[in-house]
Amino acid sequence: MKHTLSVLVENNPGVLARVAGLFSRRGFNIDSLAVGMTDNSSVSRMTIVVEGDERYLEQLNKQLHKLVDVIKISDITRDAYVDRELVLIKVSADAAKRAEIMQLVDIFRARIVDVSPKTLTIEVTGNDGKVTAFEDSLRPFGIKELVRTGKIAMLRGKRASSKNHINKEEDES
Amino acid sequence: MEITVAEALVRCLEQENVEIIFGYPGGAILPVYDALNKSVIKHVLVRHEQGAAHMADGYARVTGKVGVCLATSGPGATNLVTGIANAYMDSVPMVVITGQVATSMVGTDAFQEVDITGITLPITKHNYLVKKPEQLPAVVKKAFLLASTGRPGPVLIDLPKDVAQTKINFKYPKKVALPGYKPTIKGHSAMVQQAAKIMMRSQRPVIYAGGGVRIANAAPELLQLAETICAPVTHTLMGLGSFPGDHPLFLGMLGLHGTRYANQAVTECDCLIAVGARFDDRVVSKISGFAPSAKIIHIDIDPAEIGKNVITQLPIVGDVKNVLGALLTHMEKKENTSWMERIRRLKEEMPLHYKQDGNLKPQYVIEKLNEYKEDSAIVVTDVGQHQMWAALYMRFNEPRSFLSSGGLGAMGFCLPAAIGAQLGAPHRQVILVVGDGGIQMTMQELGTAAEQKLPLKIFILNNNRLGMVRQLQEFYCDSRYFAVDFKLNPDFAELARIYGMEGYTVETPEHLLEILPRVLSSAAPVVVNCIIDREEDVLPMVLDGSNIDEAIE
Repeated sequence: MKHTLSVLVENNPGVLARVAGLFSRRGFNIDSLAVGMTDNSSVSRMTIVVEGDERYLEQLNKQLHKLVDVIKISDITRDAYVDRELVLIKVSADAAKRAEIMQLVDIFRARIVDVSPKTLTIEVTGNDGKVTAFEDSLRPFGIKELVRTGKIAMLRGKRASSKNHINKEEDES
Repeated sequence: MEITVAEALVRCLEQENVEIIFGYPGGAILPVYDALNKSVIKHVLVRHEQGAAHMADGYARVTGKVGVCLATSGPGATNLVTGIANAYMDSVPMVVITGQVATSMVGTDAFQEVDITGITLPITKHNYLVKKPEQLPAVVKKAFLLASTGRPGPVLIDLPKDVAQTKINFKYPKKVALPGYKPTIKGHSAMVQQAAKIMMRSQRPVIYAGGGVRIANAAPELLQLAETICAPVTHTLMGLGSFPGDHPLFLGMLGLHGTRYANQAVTECDCLIAVGARFDDRVVSKISGFAPSAKIIHIDIDPAEIGKNVITQLPIVGDVKNVLGALLTHMEKKENTSWMERIRRLKEEMPLHYKQDGNLKPQYVIEKLNEYKEDSAIVVTDVGQHQMWAALYMRFNEPRSFLSSGGLGAMGFCLPAAIGAQLGAPHRQVILVVGDGGIQMTMQELGTAAEQKLPLKIFILNNNRLGMVRQLQEFYCDSRYFAVDFKLNPDFAELARIYGMEGYTVETPEHLLEILPRVLSSAAPVVVNCIIDREEDVLPMVLDGSNIDEAIE
C-alpha cells in the first residue's frame, strides 16, 4: 500500500542527500519526494510517497528518525488530507486537434501556459487520480514531455501534521 | 577576545576534557596542529590515519570516553574511513576532525580535496562541514553530545583551512539545540511491567546480551537480573566481559561460532531476553530456527533495531541500565532447579574441545594466556580464526576487557586499538591476540607503540596463511584453497627487535609455557610469534542456512 509521509527536517545543507542516501542504501523505494521550505526558513518539509507493508514502513520510519536533521515524521496516509501535485505536459497539437485538447483542458480545469505552432504546454494541478486521468486522456494526441513536482499534502481541518514553529532554542552561550 | 577558529577548536576540545588525540598532520589541517602545539592535550603521532581512527576507537572502548582523531584533507581523510566505519558498526563514541581545502576551492577538485562528509554519510552518526567560522564552537559541542549519548557513534567535523584561520570571538556554548535528536532513555513503564511478568512466569529463560550492556555500564544490573530469574547468559562477541565468565550462569558466546550449549539453550528457551543486542546474522543464522519456542523481549536504546531482523513480542526502547533497573523493581528472586540442571547438563554434554597432538594448537595458546594473564587484563583481538578462539576460550570477568572489531570485522584493528586501549588504561595489562594476516595490515603502528613505550604483549597466532578464509574455502569451495597462503612472512620476532621490542618465536607447547610467565610480567613491549598448527578449524561452526543448534564440530 502507498503511504504518504510528511517529514519536517532542519534546513541544513546536505539534508536531502542524507534522506535520499538513507533510502537508497537501505533499499527503500521512493515513489515521489517533494521538498521545500516551510514558513520557518530553518525548517523544510518533505512529502514522501513510498509503497510497502507495515513492517517495511515501520523500519523506514525508524531509520529516518535516526537522522539527526529529521525533526518529525507523520504518516498521514490514514488521516483525511488534501494533496496536490503540479504537472506540466507538452502535447502535440496541430490546428486540427487544438480545439479538442482545449476542451479537455477546460474539463480538467487545467491551463494552457505556452503555445507553439505544433504544441501546447498545459499546467494541471490536482491529486494523483485527476492528474493520471488527464494524462491518459492526452496520451492519444502524443505527449512530447511531462514533468511532475511530486505530491505535497496537508491534513484537513484545524489539525496540523506537525508544527512548523519548532521550539528551536538558539545555541546559548 | 578574538582567536582563530583552529585555536577555538582546541579550546573546545579542552573544555570537553579531551586528554589525548590520535592524528597525522598535513597541509589543510596545519592551522589546527599549530594551535594544538600550545595545548595540554597529548597528541599521538601515528604512522597511518587508519591507525589513528582505530586508536581513538580502542581508547573509547576502554575508557567509555569519546575518542578523538585528527587528519588532513584528501588522503588523510579517506585513510580514516575504515576506522570510522568500524566505530559506527560497533557504536563507539568518537569525534573525527578532518582538514578541508579552503571554502573557495571546495568543489573544484583541488589538490587533496575529497568530499569526506559525503563519503562518511552512511558511516557516521552525523557529520558537519563547517562553512561559517562562528559555527565552530556549537558544532563541536553538538559533535560530542551526539557521539556520546543515545546509541553512541562517530561524528565527523570537516574544517576548511580558511575557516580555521579566521578569527572569531570565542565562547563555548553550554547548551545547543538539536530539535531532531531525542534519544529515549527511560523504558515505557507498561512494557517494563509486562516484560517483568513474562520473565517471572517463564520456565526456561535465557538472556542474550550484547555490546549495549557495556556501553550503558549495566553489568551489575545484568548480573542481578540473571540471578533473580535464574536465567543463563549468552553473549554476542561485543557483549563478552559484561557478565562474569566464571559464573555458573555463563554460557559463553552464541551464534555461528558459538558454544553448542549456548546455541542449544537459546533453541530450547521459552523466553529470550535480548539486552543491547541486535540479532546480527552471525548470531541468528536461519531466522526461523532461532529461539523458535521463545517469547522474545528486546531491550535496546535504538528503536530501529527493534523488529529489524527478528520479530519480537515485547520491545522496550531505552537505556539498558535504566530499563534493567526498572525491571528489577518488579521482580523477586525465584528458583528454577530443573532449568539450572538442564543448563548444567548441556555444558557437560557439549563442551568446547580440541585435539592435542604435540603441535602448538591455537586453542592451547589462548587457554594458557587466559591462565597467566592478570585478572584486569584487556585482551584485544584482530579478525579471523584467532578472534573466535579468543572469544571461546578466554574468560572475562570485567566489562571493557575484551576489544574486537565485531560489526565491520576489520582486519588490522588489533594493534592500533590496543595502542589506544593501553594509553587509555596505562596501568592495565594489554594483551593482543592477532593473526599473521591482520598484524601486517597495520604493522607500521609498531613504530607508534614503541615510540610511546607501551608494554603491549603481542601474541601472533601465526599459521602463515589466512586461516579463516582457508576454513571457508574448505567448507564452501570443496577445499579448493586459493590466495590464502603467505609464502613470505617476515620473522616477526626479529621485526619486534628492530623496533626495540622483545621478540620470541614459539613452536611447541613446552616453549610457550616456559616463556609465558616471564613475558607477561615484563615491563617491556613483547612480540611472541606463535607458530601454530596450520590446519586447525574454528569449531563449532554453523553452516550457511542451518539452525544454530545444528553446528558441526
